[in-house]
Amino acid sequence: MIDTLWDSHKTTIVAIGAALLAVWSSLIVVPETEQAVVIRAGRPDRTINRFEPNQPFGRTGAGIHYRIPIYERLERIDKRVMSVDMETQQVLSTDQLRLNVDAYARYRIIDPVRMVRSAGTLDTVETQLSTILSSVVRQELGRRSFASLLTAERGRTMENIRKTLDGQARNYGAQVIDVRIKRADLPDGTPLQSAFQRMRTAREQEAATILAQGQKNAQIIRAEADAQAAKIYADAFGKDPAFYDFYRAMQSYDSTFAPGGASSSIILSPDNDYLRQFRNGGR
Amino acid sequence: MTGKRSPWGKDGSSGDGGDDGSTEGAPEGADGNNAGPPAAGEPPKGPRNPWLPGGGTGGANDAPGERPRRSASIEDIFRNRGPEGPRRGGGGDGPRGPGGPNFRLPQRADGKSWLPVAIGVAALLWIGVSSVHQVGPKEQALVTWFGGKYQSTLQPGLSMTFPWPINHVDVEPVSEFRSEAIPGGEAQNLMLTGDQNLVDLSYTVRWNIKDLKLFRFQLDKPEDTVREVAEAAMRASVAERGLNDVLSGAGRGDIEQRVMQRMQSLLNTYRSGIQVQGVQISKTDPPTEVEDAFKNVSAAQQTAESYINQAQAAAQQVLARAQGDAAAFDKVYAQYRLAPDVTRRRMYYETMERVLRQTDKTVIEAPGVAPYLPLPEVRRSAPTPPVATQGNAQ
Repeated sequence: MIDTLWDSHKTTIVAIGAALLAVWSSLIVVPETEQAVVIRAGRPDRTINRFEPNQPFGRTGAGIHYRIPIYERLERIDKRVMSVDMETQQVLSTDQLRLNVDAYARYRIIDPVRMVRSAGTLDTVETQLSTILSSVVRQELGRRSFASLLTAERGRTMENIRKTLDGQARNYGAQVIDVRIKRADLPDGTPLQSAFQRMRTAREQEAATILAQGQKNAQIIRAEADAQAAKIYADAFGKDPAFYDFYRAMQSYDSTFAPGGASSSIILSPDNDYLRQFRNGGR
Repeated sequence: MTGKRSPWGKDGSSGDGGDDGSTEGAPEGADGNNAGPPAAGEPPKGPRNPWLPGGGTGGANDAPGERPRRSASIEDIFRNRGPEGPRRGGGGDGPRGPGGPNFRLPQRADGKSWLPVAIGVAALLWIGVSSVHQVGPKEQALVTWFGGKYQSTLQPGLSMTFPWPINHVDVEPVSEFRSEAIPGGEAQNLMLTGDQNLVDLSYTVRWNIKDLKLFRFQLDKPEDTVREVAEAAMRASVAERGLNDVLSGAGRGDIEQRVMQRMQSLLNTYRSGIQVQGVQISKTDPPTEVEDAFKNVSAAQQTAESYINQAQAAAQQVLARAQGDAAAFDKVYAQYRLAPDVTRRRMYYETMERVLRQTDKTVIEAPGVAPYLPLPEVRRSAPTPPVATQGNAQ
């Protein structure tokens, strides 16, 4: 049956097929994420869905477009924000300290025709930008001290780098949106080890300080207690120093000659006050 | 429909095996009753050898001039199958006979073809499947014209679009929190702090999609972007702080807050459509290389603590002792004041009694006699005084 269809409508089918093929090769769908340059006989002729700032999606040039097959070629270029990664760079700060810096830049193509003319493909743009980024980063960071690389000045440095890179990127039809230092690390080997050593000694110092402080505080606590005890004694015994003398002497004798200590021998003279009654003979 | 009996869709009585039937007549006859060449259209009786083409001989529909074969080869199978292919134009063997291709669509009761009906049903199904979309509660969907221009965003629920390929629909979970753990593995992630120390820090970023069309159309590799932005923001924030701030719990909350703000403002400048929901620092440790030194510090803290505790205990003892002594003195003194002389003498005698009872006593009476003190004797008796005193005490 199909074959009968074929037999009877051969020309129609062929014609429809050819028409489909023609439409297929001349219709192009450009998604929102892409912009395209139509290259006519080797020369960029027009752009489709070119990036415009703050253009809402749905009003862009994305969608279905036409071209002349074979005669016009289409170069599709990403319209989104893309990233360029820099190879990790060793940067020497003004105070001769080394830092391994890892940065990235975000960019987008704003002039696809220029990009196609000057770079051809996105890969080329990326390679070029990466190289430029490396040298700009090295240059810009090399002018700063190590400490300022780490802290608030980073923001201004980054803005400088971004501007410089942006200037270069315009030649490729690209716009650099942002440059960030992803990581800034001490290089392996001596710098890292000496940092560790410094941290270690700092901790040792801290430990020693803490111990000494502890000892000091302990001493103070003891001394305060002693002082307070002395005050208590003085308050109590000061009421009658003479009696205290006697009272304490008695206690002292008791504990000096207490059983259990070294044995002691006492040689008494009969004149001793204790033996007074010996001699008095009961008088 | 004549091809019922043959697995290859061929008429049971046709085929290349027509000549075989006569040569192999004897074995077939042994199996069944049909020793002779059966008439066309008559079913072969008895079990059929599936490996032999055709059940018997018969009027060959196609290629009568072909040479005889013993069995069907692969080429045979496909050659015979050839004309059945629905869109196959040529390629059968030889010209089609009056029967034409043996494959036919099933026909309706009135003899018309089912084909238009089938096409209609398929088209309806297609439209139904590709134009009705169920978007889950956490999801949204982007609708584009022909995969090109953005048309609309579908909210959760059931929605209609034009069928594919007019509308392309792309469903994506948006409100679901995604989380990125940085660094992924167990490796150390050393960061420089503001005082140029190093800290091993790992954290998790939770985010979701705020604006699906920006997320889809603005950023190349959004997940990578989140990670990179997080790394940059975290390192910048840690570099603003000293090591102790980072290590202690107090600084962490601040850092998390700062990182979140930084990330959000960066992602907003990229117009990424990403909302950062939270940053959690899961670990801040000193680098393993200097861990011992850090442990020593906490050990020193413990030791210092214990010094203070000991001192406080001793202080309490000293104070209690003093208070006790003072109280005892006060009591005695109060009594002494009532009768000073008597009390004094009594205490004296009692004390002397206790003292002298427990010691060796020598009373030297005669004046002018040089006393000889046998020191060795005294010493010799030294080891045994407890016995003596004990005895005395009892």
